[in-house]
Amino acid sequence: MSGKPQAPAIEGWYTMEAETRLIGSCCKSCGTYFFPKQSHYCKNPDCESTDFDEVELSRTGHVWSYTNASYQPPAPFVAPDPFEPYAIAAVQLEKEQMVVLGQVADGFSVDDLKVGMPMELVLEPLHETEDDVKVTWKWRPLSH
Amino acid sequence: MSNEIAILGAGMHPWGKWGHNFVEYGVAAAREALADAGVPWRDITFVSGGATVRCGYPGYVAGATFAQALGWQGAEVNTSYAACASGSQALAAARNKIAAGECEVALVVGADTTPKGFLAPAGGYRPEDPDWVRFYLGITNPTYFALYARRRMDLYGDTLDDFAAVKVKNSLIGSKNPRARYRKAFSAEDVAASAMVADPLRLMDICATSDGGAALIVSSVEYAKKIGKANAPRVAAISTVTPTFASGVVEMPDIATDSAAADGVEALAYRSTIPLKAYEEAGIGPEDISLAEVYDLSTALELDWIEDLQLAPRGEAAQLLRAGDTAIGGKIPVNVSGGLACFGEAVPAQALAQVCELTWQLRGEAGDRQVEGAKVGITANQGLFGHGSSVIVKA
Repeated sequence: MSGKPQAPAIEGWYTMEAETRLIGSCCKSCGTYFFPKQSHYCKNPDCESTDFDEVELSRTGHVWSYTNASYQPPAPFVAPDPFEPYAIAAVQLEKEQMVVLGQVADGFSVDDLKVGMPMELVLEPLHETEDDVKVTWKWRPLSH
Repeated sequence: MSNEIAILGAGMHPWGKWGHNFVEYGVAAAREALADAGVPWRDITFVSGGATVRCGYPGYVAGATFAQALGWQGAEVNTSYAACASGSQALAAARNKIAAGECEVALVVGADTTPKGFLAPAGGYRPEDPDWVRFYLGITNPTYFALYARRRMDLYGDTLDDFAAVKVKNSLIGSKNPRARYRKAFSAEDVAASAMVADPLRLMDICATSDGGAALIVSSVEYAKKIGKANAPRVAAISTVTPTFASGVVEMPDIATDSAAADGVEALAYRSTIPLKAYEEAGIGPEDISLAEVYDLSTALELDWIEDLQLAPRGEAAQLLRAGDTAIGGKIPVNVSGGLACFGEAVPAQALAQVCELTWQLRGEAGDRQVEGAKVGITANQGLFGHGSSVIVKA
């Protein structure tokens, strides 16, 4: 890649460390987690709370399922030329009891994945602009 | 059952890809349904339209657009937007109007024209819109279908051959449906030779987007008797339930599921809850079903639906498929219209097209595709934003 500075592809959704963490929220009343963060009303039908803590979600989980993108997605996706397929994983977070989607880290394909295997979050480039490298969260097999 | 309404007529404009104004398709479908019912247009007092807000006509209001195209005659109108369930919601609106005694006979109609290629969100930088976010991150519609398909493989042992067998089954029966867009019987080799889109799904595992139109003429049971159609098929149930928190399956266009971390909250799969209300309302169970029309956005998804409708225990739909039980002549034929595999998806028309197929099947008029002795049929579909539906039709 280039020597350009890193900038978040989506501001405020994750921390900018190499071992990134997703920034969500947790309902102060019932303990439901939200990603992206929710700070105005709780979506649990039995909870009327409007108070939330901003929290960093677990950075590890287990594969719920996985696939890849063999075709170039349309805009707003910014594709490299030539387009390179990438894997995608849906990962279940145990404490939060939710599933979060994301691309899989560079260098891993669907052949490296299996339902139930442990994964961790890393920060990697999504695309480059003239000024910076937009980075996002990606899932990576935990053993690596 | 006091809530039952009669289906007097069904009509469809064939599915295809022409890019004409959607109103043409809807009018053709409506006229065919009116002729089939033997009901003059001027006798219709309620026009219920299924709408879509994408593809260039967000300003059109479906019910009124069709009523005007057929010639203003003073009927009341309704427009329902409920993604893939738009047609069912439009049908439910007509049923409510009839049940309330405010209308004897209604037209329900939906039609669409679709662009080529991936459906994409509006432009700009809009991180507050989950649909925009997921496309930005490279997550398209086939991603979700593929996640469900792969889970079936890893959890239940479904194979690529199983998924291909769904396509082979649907394309064979769909090749006999003059209203289908794709009327070619494909082989498992054809499926395997098609391009990989989202592993494990190939191009021929995934449904296209199509143009098309579908319409129904529905009435009170009394009206049906009055015009000599006492034996017309009846709509016995319509379910348009929303999901139950916490929705535990990651659904388009979301990047994450609900959290089920709070006390007393359980993660539930929305698809499986949709038919429950339909069964309850109709007072029947899965064992009473003669045939099903389900939303096979992908080949693998047809197998999910078979289990969601409780036509097979969870994880065992592929066994039904392998035994030939979901093909015509089997125990529980699924998608004898050819399904979305042969039609492609025309969103606001699709749920009505499913009911049209059941209507012809229950009248014994489905020709080469006829399920012998069909008595009860069920539809199922699910789309964006917590919309889904299931309709039960009885002979």
